[in-house]
Amino acid sequence: MKRAITIEPITRIEGHARIRIDLDESGRVSDARVEITALRGFEQFVIGRPAEEIPRIVTRICGICPWMHHLAAVKAIDGCFGVSPPPAGNLLRELAQVLAHIHDKILHFFFLAAPDFVLGPESDYSVRNVMGLVRSEPELAARVVRMRQLALAMLERFAGKAIHPVAGVVGGFARPMDAGEQRDLLADGQVLLDFACQSLAFAKERIFSRFVEEMLSLGSVTTGFLGTVDAQGSLRLYDGLLRLMDPGGGLVEFPVEEYDQFLAEHVEPWSYAKMVYARSWGEGISLDSSQPRGIYRANTLARINVCDHIATPRAQEELEAFRELFGRPAQGTLLYHWARLIELVYACERTLELLADERIVEPLVHHVVEPGAGRGIGHVEAPRGTLLHEYATDGNGCITRANLIVGTTHNVAPMQLCVRQAADRLIGNGAADEEILNRIEMAVRAYDP
Amino acid sequence: MKPRLNFEWLHGCSGCEIALLNSGELLFSLFQLVDIVHFPLLMDHKYIADPGEEGDLSLPEADIGLVTGGVGLASHLKILTAMRRQCRVLIAVGTCAGHGGIPAMRNQWTAGQTMETVFSTATTDTAPVPDGVPALLDRVSSIDEQVRVDVCLPGCPPRPEMIIAVLEALIQREEQRLPHKSVCETCPTVRTGKGQATIHRGTVRAAYTPGEPLDRMRCLLEQGLLCMGPVTAGGCGGRDVPLCLRSRVSCRGCYGPVRKYGNQLLDMMNALASNGIDYRTIIDRTSLLRFSGAHGRLRPKGERK
Repeated sequence: MKRAITIEPITRIEGHARIRIDLDESGRVSDARVEITALRGFEQFVIGRPAEEIPRIVTRICGICPWMHHLAAVKAIDGCFGVSPPPAGNLLRELAQVLAHIHDKILHFFFLAAPDFVLGPESDYSVRNVMGLVRSEPELAARVVRMRQLALAMLERFAGKAIHPVAGVVGGFARPMDAGEQRDLLADGQVLLDFACQSLAFAKERIFSRFVEEMLSLGSVTTGFLGTVDAQGSLRLYDGLLRLMDPGGGLVEFPVEEYDQFLAEHVEPWSYAKMVYARSWGEGISLDSSQPRGIYRANTLARINVCDHIATPRAQEELEAFRELFGRPAQGTLLYHWARLIELVYACERTLELLADERIVEPLVHHVVEPGAGRGIGHVEAPRGTLLHEYATDGNGCITRANLIVGTTHNVAPMQLCVRQAADRLIGNGAADEEILNRIEMAVRAYDP
Repeated sequence: MKPRLNFEWLHGCSGCEIALLNSGELLFSLFQLVDIVHFPLLMDHKYIADPGEEGDLSLPEADIGLVTGGVGLASHLKILTAMRRQCRVLIAVGTCAGHGGIPAMRNQWTAGQTMETVFSTATTDTAPVPDGVPALLDRVSSIDEQVRVDVCLPGCPPRPEMIIAVLEALIQREEQRLPHKSVCETCPTVRTGKGQATIHRGTVRAAYTPGEPLDRMRCLLEQGLLCMGPVTAGGCGGRDVPLCLRSRVSCRGCYGPVRKYGNQLLDMMNALASNGIDYRTIIDRTSLLRFSGAHGRLRPKGERK
């Protein structure tokens, strides 16, 4: 008998989604998909708003990564009004962005993903969560919670509001940092870097080594990748050139202004999230798991696959060790977690670099801005992938048109393939118990959608 | 036995949940205080017990239910109704649940117009809009427009210590002590009673001396900056100064109106008029309702009174 399995909601992710798996008469998987079941319509309701207000509105796209939307929007509106920030303005923006990456990565790895590994995918749902982690690993949990709070406190110290921020302003940053703040933040940043390195060592010893098989096989697919690099090919989170890698490893680079020539968005009737695909490959998009077309991935693994190196020493060391084991590009879906911790190390090292730059305490943090007609595109690497905001303004400097490509949407198409692969591999004869369904969810959780 | 807690999110952004997770030791107090039995962000309790079966959405019975986000999709209504049915006390957490929040800005357009715009952007392939998903409701509403709500705790996001305090008061059966002051009443900036007669664009930055504390800075409204402090519920800074002011940036109203059914647009017009400020110099007056567009406050153009 044909039947369908629905996993709803997908849990321990940030957002609203469900998995639907169709089984044929013999109990084999005939279809499997991840359906994104929420839409708010920001591209509609920013229309008509004064453009300088947009960075304070689009933060609410995501409560985990409001800084990413805040900064992508502020850069795009800089473009609309033809202004660029002074050096301190840019440094403070980037510092806020890397700090936001730090607390996000700690959250995702330890609060959302780790229960599957530390407590085991087969453990009961009532303990397979952060509360269970607190009971089984109280010291680790206490440290994790303190480190997240530290990263947040650092943000609040120079940027005021940490969730739904306001300190990024068109033309720069709202207030300068003083030397006392810089000194304190440097000390705190060192604490975070130590924690990041210890986290990666902990994960390698306690998690990755125990799940080697799953790391390479669960939800594994072969796709291209998208990320951001500087002119030397080093990993960048705040700005740089977009770099698109095809499934064979071939690279193409382009400035963000040309994104519409390289990327396009596909619509399926069963998902509110659009699926971004590589238009420039000229093969359209196909979600057929036996012969996918146009599909690439974004987010941590993608970024460390497309970059040639990382410009900070400890993260570079980790990248080399990672490539030694998994090659370039690495395709294993659960390797996203490993890559996430390498990026955590980079973000901490970058925090210290930015704070050591003496220009960061310069009093000039923003330039004078005149609202007017224009078009602007802003981009950052958000935790979940490349984030693009494009706006056009009228003569009053009010929004006439918006296009947003958010990090998660790059991974919506590949997630379909991953869930199909995991379902095919794990569900035999229609039997799917709670553990199997959780393992299928793990393929989604890797993307931290 | 500890009280049982259900935590659901509807038409929001998860910022409320993250605020709670960011609270350090307070998070452990939450785990001590209650038994969490349903919380999609943190634990794997599903809506339907047996995934192979079609069935009604089932939530556990709980003493306390927390709901973030407003109601924007047909699926939200089902979840909210189940939450009300299963939870003895229901708490609206955050500005979206209480007043609609940013997502209720969509109420200026019909659901059809929003779908059309979102699915016809420059990089979107031509295709019919999705129809195999939970339908967008024509209006985003606050949760108290749909079900009875026992406590309303605003904030975008709320302060985690307020969430914990509300839970503690409930459990100890004490009276709720929610903040009742406006942002202005918690703001130390200098007011002289004489300010600008017009409101500048948001591109104009506050004038202040870097390094000096906030009580040496002139009130932003008096500087001619649009600041919603007079008509916005305070509490964002806890016992300290308001959060946006710490960045020398003015308030945009994210805690919603000071009085439960206050109208931030009308109240702000009154506040400006009584200070001799010409409200017509505000470029986008509708945006004064950007956090409180539920309760029928924001409507599509043709339907406006």
